[in-house]
Amino acid sequence: MRVVHYLNQFFAGFGAEEAAGHEPVRLEGPQGPGRAFAAAGLHVDVTIACGDDRFALDEAASLATLLAWIDEDAPDVVIAGPSFGSGRYGYACGVLAREVARRRIPVVLAMTPDSPGVLAAEGGAYIVPTGANVAAMRHTVPVMTGLALRLAAGETVGTAGDEGYLPRGLRVNVRADDDAATRAVGALVAKLGGRVTTEIAPPADRVSPPPPVPDLAHATVALVTEAGCVPQGNPDRLPTRHANVWLRYPLDGVASLSADGYETVHAGFDTTDANLDPNRLVPLDAARALVDAGRIGTLHEEFFTTSGVDTPVAVAARFGQEIAAEIRNAGVDAVILTGT
Amino acid sequence: MQIPTVFITALPTIAQMVGANRVVRGVAITHPTGDPSLAAGDEAALRIRILERAADMLGTEVDPRTVWEVDA
Repeated sequence: MRVVHYLNQFFAGFGAEEAAGHEPVRLEGPQGPGRAFAAAGLHVDVTIACGDDRFALDEAASLATLLAWIDEDAPDVVIAGPSFGSGRYGYACGVLAREVARRRIPVVLAMTPDSPGVLAAEGGAYIVPTGANVAAMRHTVPVMTGLALRLAAGETVGTAGDEGYLPRGLRVNVRADDDAATRAVGALVAKLGGRVTTEIAPPADRVSPPPPVPDLAHATVALVTEAGCVPQGNPDRLPTRHANVWLRYPLDGVASLSADGYETVHAGFDTTDANLDPNRLVPLDAARALVDAGRIGTLHEEFFTTSGVDTPVAVAARFGQEIAAEIRNAGVDAVILTGT
Repeated sequence: MQIPTVFITALPTIAQMVGANRVVRGVAITHPTGDPSLAAGDEAALRIRILERAADMLGTEVDPRTVWEVDA
């Protein structure tokens, strides 16, 4: 049995954010969490790794390199992660898994259910749901190992509900003991009892594009960011990750977000360049230039900020609804949102 | 009531996956609206070009999950 394991720069041991641009590498044997898989009974033959930023910004070339190694190795199963709540790492795992699955090689991942990697995998992978951080490793590795061993051996695994992986969006025909009417009544009775069940997963949330702003030259525009941009010293203690709040700061009389006055506390990227000029995250100086040029009517008197790191989708959705309610009441016509 | 929003990000694929409808590609994850490799004046001009694209997009009818590029 041949097993290939994908890791990011951190879990492969190259470093944290400063190594996020690391090029793809191929290493013999297990690395980092690969040793936990070995202890659980799954020996990793080859580890491949790539920096999270490198993968995201140079996806085509990074992916081609990684897939070439996989094609060369012809593994019986590919595992990636666990990536837990990491957005970029999860995304890389998901994209790689999608391509590996197209080669008819089984692939097992592990991440939080709201990781972008789940959508990126497009149903190609068996994804074990995890908690947001490494503490979930202990519970996750045995489940991934069990799935990987059986898939590598060519065994069929059960449904998502039975096996504990995330639904893959596949509809499998099965012969039910009861007819549809009986099952529908059963589902209704279960729901009345507080237990909601479904045979078909609902579609993801989608919002249609709002109509354009008819006259931007007379509109009020708000600046919003998830880049963790705050006044110097972070006076309101915006969390650097897992933020449970969004904040707002006045822009009245502020021409530009100077390095003396503002900084970012976001824990999800190397903040060196942004802290030299916070307009690189919240483009206040350029927005003011557009107002002066008559392209935009006015800027809203405050900007809105949070740090979008390991943020559950449900929490992010709530922030969006809360900020939208605030700016709607303030008469804002449009939003420029920046993200890192 | 909907509020048109343009999202400036260096990761438009993820923006599309989560359903953002008006997306302008930013420069990099660590500096979506700037480029430290440029001279100060050139960087300021680039930032204005990015914001002009964003403003254009806010005034344009778009299909779901549209991404616009910014000229270098």
